[in-house]
Amino acid sequence: MAERIISYAQAIQEATAQEMERDESVFVYGLGVDDFKGIYGTTKGLLEKFGPDRLFDTPLSEDAMTGLAIGAALNGMRPVHVHIRMDFLLLTVNQLFNIAAKTSYMYGGSLNVPIVIRSIIGKSWGQGAQHSQGLHSLFMHIPGLKVVAPSTPHDAKGCLIQAIRDNNPVMFVEHRLLHLFHGHVPEESYTTPFGKARILAPGSDITLVGISYMAADCLRAKHLLDETGIKAEVIDPISLVPFDWDAIMASVRKTKRLIVVDTAWLCCGATAEIISGVVERLNPGEHIEMKRMGFAPTSCPPTKVLEDAFYPDPASIALAAYAMCNGGKTDWTPTYKEEKEIAEFRGPF
Amino acid sequence: MNLEEKLYASIYRIRRVEEVVCDVYPSDKIRSPVHLSIGQEAVSAGVCEALLPEEAVYGTYRSHATYLAKGGDIRKMIAELYGKDAGCCRGKGGSMHLIDPAVGALGGSAIVATNIPHAAGHAYADKIRGRKRATVAMFGDGAVEEGVFYETLNFAALKKLPMIFVCENNSYAIHSPLLTRQPLDNISARAAVFGIPTEIIDDGDVFKIYDAVKRAATAIREGKPGPFFIECKIYRWMEHVGIGEDWKFGYRTRDEAEAWLEKDPVKVCGALIDEKRRAEIEKEIEEEIRDAFAFAESTPFPDLKELYTDVYKN
Repeated sequence: MAERIISYAQAIQEATAQEMERDESVFVYGLGVDDFKGIYGTTKGLLEKFGPDRLFDTPLSEDAMTGLAIGAALNGMRPVHVHIRMDFLLLTVNQLFNIAAKTSYMYGGSLNVPIVIRSIIGKSWGQGAQHSQGLHSLFMHIPGLKVVAPSTPHDAKGCLIQAIRDNNPVMFVEHRLLHLFHGHVPEESYTTPFGKARILAPGSDITLVGISYMAADCLRAKHLLDETGIKAEVIDPISLVPFDWDAIMASVRKTKRLIVVDTAWLCCGATAEIISGVVERLNPGEHIEMKRMGFAPTSCPPTKVLEDAFYPDPASIALAAYAMCNGGKTDWTPTYKEEKEIAEFRGPF
Repeated sequence: MNLEEKLYASIYRIRRVEEVVCDVYPSDKIRSPVHLSIGQEAVSAGVCEALLPEEAVYGTYRSHATYLAKGGDIRKMIAELYGKDAGCCRGKGGSMHLIDPAVGALGGSAIVATNIPHAAGHAYADKIRGRKRATVAMFGDGAVEEGVFYETLNFAALKKLPMIFVCENNSYAIHSPLLTRQPLDNISARAAVFGIPTEIIDDGDVFKIYDAVKRAATAIREGKPGPFFIECKIYRWMEHVGIGEDWKFGYRTRDEAEAWLEKDPVKVCGALIDEKRRAEIEKEIEEEIRDAFAFAESTPFPDLKELYTDVYKN
């Protein structure tokens, strides 16, 4: 049977529709979920199918609307709260850190908060400082939250279904440019388990771990590296909390080299956590070369010349991998053309 | 029990539990901050007595009164204050987070005003599932300074949620009087601008509080649109946190309190009940309390492995 190819955004929509169909306690809400754009299509058609009680726009009240999810969850519902930019999550963290994350523990397991917080990281076409942040590490810091950031349409669908069925608060991290990606997605409902990384491409010389959209850039870096003979193994962790340490350790023990690339800053970030987790797991005498890459330690500038330099890209990742595999040498220039989803992306969103 | 007796029992239980907490506190067996409701019992008693067991109350960090008035298990409460495994949160919540979901006592938050939208979410779930029952958010006068209060009023009014906002206005946020924090003493008026029906009970009368909540809850159960807003003015007799009085610190005066001390809900409500009957009620409650503290003393602390349980729910 031919593989069915749909976009990441369609996969999100399909997962949501299937779960709303399966379970009446699921409802979806957030700024703009019911408008004609439907959050890049991810919520399109749901209003017609499930009605305004289960798919609704909200006032611009992220704090109360997050509390709304918690109260509804305590009363048997499974809310999905959607934020078109991850930056807006900063208006929700009091409810998420102080209440949602702590409810199960603080109440001795007598209550729990099954909620999903979808948020989308923006990139390119001048998103600027407040529409581009990858803030997932803030949420990784807090016990009681789960954090997932799938990079493929297949895992986006499976992870979202898993997230909705999970009995805990789950931060579901998307990337605006991933929404445009197409891939094989089975039509039937399925779950992608949390805490299980996916090896996107096998290799033997270096391990590239890419978070969210950076998994795609790591794959491109791998292809750039082909001409040098370097065989990179590319891993998408999919789930940041819980994290699949076994998969990463098995890979780095094989390749002895690791680059972790994030669509976020490095300081106290997911890359720092992953590298330190690997270091803690090394046996005495075991040596792995390691590096991390991510946003420049600045706010994101909208002007293209600076914006391009702000982000890692397939060329910079490939060059870093080449240098690591060649004793620091940088006598190779990857042939790289700007990726289609960036070159052709037009705003305003 | 008739209504007078029920309300008196509720008030008396809260008062006596907290007095015994004060007695035990110097022993350091309760190693947790306590925010007492002594003097404010009428609000929780009046509100909770007007609700059905399946109707939820989201409370504050001053959580003993609401928990007890809603019918929370007293043994589990005292065990929680003692940090014991048999506590309502297995020793992981403490005084500010007492919870008994079986009777709709849905906990308290130490972050002021955070609980208000939880009641709205609870009510929203009821509304879309066609359940006609009231949910209550309780909060203090400090909470109305938080943005989330106005966000929730806006949403609740917009969606006509089946909920009741109850502001327990004791006019102090820790040591700061209301008028040093807000330009006008007009909390209810601020709810009214959202088109929400409001009511003020300014004398701490437990029957008026009960009656106001009962009317609002009945309307909701009859399918009439919510929300409702009830402001109960009241006075905190004790310090913000801890077991002492605090007149000597000068931020408020005993004179200011005098009128409220005279309206002691235990005395006012108690006076309405026949002496013999009152003695019976009190005896029964004293026995409950004695039993609960004895239970808390004797029951074990959590096992060390409990540190890691319930971070996530399977």
